[in-house]
Amino acid sequence: MAEAEKLERVVFSRPKALSDTTTHYCPGCIHGIVHRLIAEAIDELGIQERTIGIAPVGCSVLAYHYFDVDFAEAAHGRAPAMATGLKRVQPDKIVFTYQGDGDLAAIGTNEIIHAVNRGENITTFFINNAIYGMTGGQMAPTTLPGQVTTSTPFGRDVRAAGYPLRVCEMVATLSGAAYVVRRTAINPREIRRLKKAILTAFKVQMAGLGYSLVEVVSNCPTNWGMTPIESLEWIEKNMLPYYPLGDFKVAEGVENL
Amino acid sequence: MHEEVIISGFGGQGALFAGQLLTYAGLAEGRHVSWIPSYGPEMRGGTAHCTVIISDEPIGSPIIYRPTSCIVLNPPSFEKYEPLVKPGGYLIVNSSLVRQKSARTDITVVEVPANDLAYEIGNVRVANLVLLGALLGINPFVKLESVIQALEEHVPEQRPAYH
Amino acid sequence: MSAKMLMKGNEAIAESAIRAGCQAYFGYPITPQTEVLEYMSRRMPQLGRVFLQAESELAAVNMLYGAACAGVRAMTSTSSPGFSLMQEGISYIACSMVPAVVVNVMRGGPGLGNIQPAQADYSQMTKGGGHGDYKVLTLAPSTIQELVDHVGLAFDLADKYRQIVFVIADGMLGQMMEPVELPEMRELRSPPAWALTGAKGRPKNIITSLYLNAPELEKINQQLQAVFRRIEADEVRYETYLLDDADIAIVAYGTAARIARTAIRRAREAGIRVGLFRPITVYPFPYEALGEVAGRVQEMLVVEMSAGQMLEDVRIATCCQVPIRFFGKMGGIVPLPEDILAEIEAITQGKPALVAREGA
Ligand SMILES: Cc1ncc(C[n+]2csc(CCOP(=O)(O)OP(=O)(O)O)c2C)c(N)n1
Repeated sequence: MAEAEKLERVVFSRPKALSDTTTHYCPGCIHGIVHRLIAEAIDELGIQERTIGIAPVGCSVLAYHYFDVDFAEAAHGRAPAMATGLKRVQPDKIVFTYQGDGDLAAIGTNEIIHAVNRGENITTFFINNAIYGMTGGQMAPTTLPGQVTTSTPFGRDVRAAGYPLRVCEMVATLSGAAYVVRRTAINPREIRRLKKAILTAFKVQMAGLGYSLVEVVSNCPTNWGMTPIESLEWIEKNMLPYYPLGDFKVAEGVENL
Repeated sequence: MHEEVIISGFGGQGALFAGQLLTYAGLAEGRHVSWIPSYGPEMRGGTAHCTVIISDEPIGSPIIYRPTSCIVLNPPSFEKYEPLVKPGGYLIVNSSLVRQKSARTDITVVEVPANDLAYEIGNVRVANLVLLGALLGINPFVKLESVIQALEEHVPEQRPAYH
Repeated sequence: MSAKMLMKGNEAIAESAIRAGCQAYFGYPITPQTEVLEYMSRRMPQLGRVFLQAESELAAVNMLYGAACAGVRAMTSTSSPGFSLMQEGISYIACSMVPAVVVNVMRGGPGLGNIQPAQADYSQMTKGGGHGDYKVLTLAPSTIQELVDHVGLAFDLADKYRQIVFVIADGMLGQMMEPVELPEMRELRSPPAWALTGAKGRPKNIITSLYLNAPELEKINQQLQAVFRRIEADEVRYETYLLDDADIAIVAYGTAARIARTAIRRAREAGIRVGLFRPITVYPFPYEALGEVAGRVQEMLVVEMSAGQMLEDVRIATCCQVPIRFFGKMGGIVPLPEDILAEIEAITQGKPALVAREGA
């Protein structure tokens, strides 16, 4: 080993599956963390050359610039349908969708429910930040009761606007679901747990076990009107009680992966 | 030759299938042919009819208003089509079910107790074929052998029981 | 070539797609198109190809989009209300420039309408239909044989232009049986270089319809428009029937055209010189050819199963050179040859149009 390399050992680098570019995400947004974890998992599993991602409509609409794998951009909410088409005609590929809560749980509820219910062998990363980020902070289906958004200026009134939707709990009831878990990324411990879940979700797909969905309870410092640190505290204090972390469906065979 | 046929009855009486047999027979004899059914929910238990055209000319409209030959399997079909048969045309009536009589003198009307005859043969479901035979007996625009051939080749698929 | 066999239009659509190398079909039941779905549900799995009944037309068209991104020949079919739901996906597919085929077996509308044949989606199909500046090459068969030929052609044209292609049919064509000669089974084609097949030994591929930078999106639009200009220059198709010596030209497509043919034959027997101009592509519309016809005839009669949608294209094509009369049936009523014959006779007798509509 050369003398210089001994001195400068690389301990941290960009995953191969992440493109060498800057993202447009706001400071403190969890999207960046989740992107990185997904890319690390792709590297570790050696699936970069056969992975196809599908970006949603939402803040992560440009995700295809950030990952160095084949990527398609779906219409708002339709990523699971598009993923179904891509995966069915090439079952040997690894196909994942990356979706926000407006995309997955409002306009795309039908597509996600049916894709899971068919047991499509695809993976969804579901970023729940309780708000519509990209359009400037309107109410999402996951917005908490009383939460103020630009379209619930007096706080979400559940009598008028309904209740926050718990996606994992709902999707876990479907027979086609193989792996449905909720994680967050508010501290290093939770980030490590999230990473493990992402790896497992891909492995579930690689083993052909059925639908895998990892929800990430996430933040939106910009539209929540908080500093990044405050937003993480807000997740812990307000979101996790309503959206408890945990494993909602772990089908047979997943434990052994 | 140019023959325009309407076959009409209750759903399940085999009007559509009888029409298909005619169409296959016409095709086998090298004619231009078309077949078009009534379709949709009305087929389930309501009336079902089809129009068959067999011609030496390419077929334009597959639907027609006034048939040159017509088979009516039930009373509502008689009421609807009896007045429409073209002068000089043929009306074959299933007299097992149709009690009405035609007063028309400008067409040839043949009454056939098709259900009874079919029952005698041992299969009441072939009343449609009895009537088809009667039509071709009096107006042989395709050969009976061609229809028999078509029947052998295209026995209708039984729908699975879970429908 | 195989011998002629009798086939229902909807089944002919399905079999023709299969023989053209369609590797994935997604659909949702809707009368009068459902037999396409049912036929595919039997045949595609037998061949080891993809069949999937989607949860909605919205899902079906996006599954189509996904499969098309994977670079395989893929198709969906539907009827009018379902076609409306598909507009979103169609606009995305058009902008993304991936080939795909959609068959619309039209029925009476608007709204839930009914299940009888109609031609009332003409404008939606030929003028864009979804959001944004795009048009879709649209083939208009009028026999079951042509339906078979056009479905195969649609796949080829989709590949040629990397665009979505429509076949515009209706309940009559979907439900009727006619003899057809089916083409041979074609080889499945391998995915093109742009397809999303995994970035193995090449840079990653992206398929998107998002261009946040306006000049960039303008450039994409210019590329799209260039494709449409090429389509307009090279893909115009039409047919004429007894038109050379005609005083009256009937303009009709699809089912309406074949009914007009019967009326024309009868009118000719009565010594009336009438012929047919039948657009085979309704986008691109044969403006130029029809314009020439307008210079030769005394009157035109446009026949449609709509309130007069193609009529607008006929007006553009003929530039007021000739009086235009319109005869249309709506709501799922198919005109009879007698109706059209009466219109022809009314023209020869100088009577006003039976169906009122301001003339050109
Ligand atoms: C059909 C359609 N309706 C509305 C929009 C506008 N729109 C863009 S992003 C978005 C909300 C996305 O919210 P979410 O999925 O929560 O993702 P986030 O932006 O919070 O990451 C909406 C409504 C659209 N692009 N398409």
